[in-house]
Amino acid sequence: MALHPRAASVPAGTPTKITQGSKTRGGIGESTLRPDGTLKVTGEFAYSSDMWHEDMLWGHTLRSTVAHAELRSIDIGEALATPGVYAVLTYDDLPAAMKNYGLEIQDTPVLAHGKVRHHGEPVALVAADHPETARRAAAKIKIDYAELPLITDEASATAPDAVLVHEGRTDHHIGHVPHPNVVHRQPIVRGDADAAAERADVIVTGDYVFGMQDQAFLGPESGLAVPSEDGGVELYVATQWLHSDLRQIAPVLGLPEDKVRMTLSGVGGAFGGREDLSMQIHACLLALRTGKPVKMVYNRFESFFGHVHRHPAKLHYEHGATRDGKLTHMKCRIVLDGGAYASASPAVVGNASSLAVGPYVVEDVDIEAIALYSNNPPCGAMRGFGAVQACFAYEAQMDKLAAALDMDPVELRQLNAMEQGTLLPTGQRVDSPAPVAELLRRVKARPLPPEQQWLSADADGSSVDVRALPGGLSNTTHGEGVVRGVGYAVGLKNVGFSEGFDDYSTARVRMEVINGEPVATVHTAMAEVGQGGVTVHAQIARTELGVSQVTIHPADTQVGSAGSTSASRQTYVTGGAVKNSCEAVRERVLEIGRRKLGTYHPAWATAELLLEGGKVVTDGGEVLASLADVLEEEAVDVELEWRHRPTEAFDLRTGQGNGHVQYSFAAHRAVVEVDTELGLVKVIELACAQDVGKALNPLSVVGQIQGGTTQGLGVAVMEEIIVDPRTAKVRNPSFTDYLIPTILDTPTIPVDVLELADDHAPYGLRGIGEAPTLSSTPAVLAAIRNATGLELNRTPVRPEHITGT
Amino acid sequence: MRVNFTVNGRKQEADDVWEGESLLYVLRERMGLPGSKNACEQGECGSCTVRLDGVPVCSCLVAAGQAEGREIVTVEGLADYARHRDDSHPGAGCAAGTCGTSLDAAQRWQARPSDGQSADAAELSPIQQAFIDAGAVQCGFCTPGLLVAADELLETQPSPSDQDIREALSGNLCRCTGYEKILDAVRLAAARQEETVR
Repeated sequence: MALHPRAASVPAGTPTKITQGSKTRGGIGESTLRPDGTLKVTGEFAYSSDMWHEDMLWGHTLRSTVAHAELRSIDIGEALATPGVYAVLTYDDLPAAMKNYGLEIQDTPVLAHGKVRHHGEPVALVAADHPETARRAAAKIKIDYAELPLITDEASATAPDAVLVHEGRTDHHIGHVPHPNVVHRQPIVRGDADAAAERADVIVTGDYVFGMQDQAFLGPESGLAVPSEDGGVELYVATQWLHSDLRQIAPVLGLPEDKVRMTLSGVGGAFGGREDLSMQIHACLLALRTGKPVKMVYNRFESFFGHVHRHPAKLHYEHGATRDGKLTHMKCRIVLDGGAYASASPAVVGNASSLAVGPYVVEDVDIEAIALYSNNPPCGAMRGFGAVQACFAYEAQMDKLAAALDMDPVELRQLNAMEQGTLLPTGQRVDSPAPVAELLRRVKARPLPPEQQWLSADADGSSVDVRALPGGLSNTTHGEGVVRGVGYAVGLKNVGFSEGFDDYSTARVRMEVINGEPVATVHTAMAEVGQGGVTVHAQIARTELGVSQVTIHPADTQVGSAGSTSASRQTYVTGGAVKNSCEAVRERVLEIGRRKLGTYHPAWATAELLLEGGKVVTDGGEVLASLADVLEEEAVDVELEWRHRPTEAFDLRTGQGNGHVQYSFAAHRAVVEVDTELGLVKVIELACAQDVGKALNPLSVVGQIQGGTTQGLGVAVMEEIIVDPRTAKVRNPSFTDYLIPTILDTPTIPVDVLELADDHAPYGLRGIGEAPTLSSTPAVLAAIRNATGLELNRTPVRPEHITGT
Repeated sequence: MRVNFTVNGRKQEADDVWEGESLLYVLRERMGLPGSKNACEQGECGSCTVRLDGVPVCSCLVAAGQAEGREIVTVEGLADYARHRDDSHPGAGCAAGTCGTSLDAAQRWQARPSDGQSADAAELSPIQQAFIDAGAVQCGFCTPGLLVAADELLETQPSPSDQDIREALSGNLCRCTGYEKILDAVRLAAARQEETVR
């Protein structure tokens, strides 16, 4: 660990003091603007789908039209004979012994062999000179499917005679799962929930259903593979983790990793949906086979099949409390449907179980979470990662409990809120500020938006602006039957990869003098997916090195891994790596200065030296030299790995273990208006309060919180991939039928940012990207319940759930 | 077939265009103008919005042949388009971001009746600069379409209310920002343009 230890006298919850370079403009804590902003507003920024190469071909994927079937035969003759077609590949064409890939378990076939396990599984590939030629040729491939029985839920998956989705499993979870159609199971038992239940004056139970959400990033899966002269391949692609892709791609291509050179191209959003591979291997295979550059771009329809989704979940919860509102115990069972392939399911189970209790003190718990293998679409990472589903259920339970106790729901939450020092159900102590009660207080204290805002302000009260009403311009109501409701929720999310994962990052930092000015270059493999990491890295370099000019080198595999842009970890871990490497560069620069100039001034040897404003200065502010004079022709170049403190695996029987690195907390208050006649919901305001530890870039922080809040709003009222339970086919793979919030559906989102430093993190920062996605969904649901008096235990809420039709 | 049209003020012709190709495909893959984005290609997300004879359209839904003889403005030509619009209505002018309205002021700004016109002489159009300044760009994939739509809104309605902005941009999906900063950006551009005219 390369963190500066802090003086013990500094009280917890104050921002970490930054001693280096704080006077250099554009450092941390400022809302500096994105370095890629101008390119993005002029249309010049090169996203992965914008790649172009002379003489390139277009790749296309043929996908399974059925969910579960034996593949009897594939006839590619007619497709291959189509003019303009350069290659048609099936499983038989895979060049290496390794034919599968996967994040943790290598169970996902590059192309289906033997059988298909879900609707939309890739079966064959085509390369042609025009995308339409490739599509038409693919349509000529004849496949003989012999359909197999479907596994679609827990009952069909774990029946004694159930067909196995994966026969002959050998992964490391098979030893502890109750059935081979269960990917992973994690119980967490602490105290004695049954005994504690005896002390409860009130017990509430509930069954909750969380629908399958899609990341719905706007930039479709796409990239360009270019064969290289040494027999390798260069891949320009949008992803969340270059090195994880590389580790999975190279063995399937039968190439050593250094012959697969990956460069990040512009990423149009990710939200977890680019953690797994999509077209990467396919494009490389076609490029290597044809000897030509191959571009693949999914259309929106294919994108819905090309990435994993958020696990749909069924959750059963029981909470007890004493008459005065103190929680006695919690029991829950969470069943996540992982679909046909494992993807991130084991880690999602770990999160769902370890965070199942939420940000509350409950000493006696009995928790079980499992993920199923099924023939439904594969599910994996999405913003909030297992914690989202649990938060939906435990927050509904809190409201139910408050109603049973006739207490204010916010007061009940505050009474049981965890704080610094609380033990999680895993036995891990929360060793940084945990301002749960304070976040709730802040959203509650905010003045409510005015009633009946749809009554035009300039009119006498009789004039109605229908645009502000549920249904909007559809003109479905003029206010009659419209009722208002207010709801609250708060959530707990872990930051970073947990359960003993070696979650490191690498940064190379170079400092040199160019045209008389000191310039720092930061090179990492971090995937910039829109979160603003490139902005923050430049800010960190300015702060640590006292230079104004910072160049961000494009992310590629020519530098060590940066880990994934997910789990709210990238600013913490790669930001930490950049800080760490900058500190090493600073020391080297000061060594050079001492060597060259040390004899001219005693402060070189005796004072604390800083780099500020392009100069070496003493902590008293005396300027010793300019960086240009110190470095002259020399360049300092450092590449270092950086790790946060280690975590450990959860015990497979008890769930005990220090599994998490850091926690992130957010609270929401939702105000909704519901047209009870038509069941239409208009969210009026969705206020958020979140602790961010230290806002390295306040503008970006607020943008992340508003974006995360909106994705939570989406799943509350509209977003769901609908899978036909009889056929396991996806019914709505389009933006016509899978709805994400528009600007008309999204209310004003005031954000209240707390900065209580986490002493263990660089600058005291907290990962922020995911927490707001947790609590916004249950807050909206609570507000709709408050408006309508309905129970509403499923998300998304649809009009028919409100009208009972 | 061959298609002749004007793109961002320049005469262009595209050869060997297949009849089923969209204007979006021709712009992106034949004209070398990938600024218009291919997020859904179903007319649902607005990422490919361009001006066709001044009218904002989803270029994915326009067959390339329909563009014959017509004028198209893409995000790549937006700054130039805004400049030429300003030429006929010159204002005071100053470099964007160095004078005029702050973001805080823009958030407090209220719509009011005005016949103001945009008048910014910087390299970027006012709406482009406002998107950067307000933090309305994250992944940026929706940005080109939003810019074209928002620019047209401010051309026809220089002082839009929040409801007007929401209505005008309701055909453009954004998955990153939660739209709040996009609203900020349009308010900021409107406020700056109002101030310049005054």
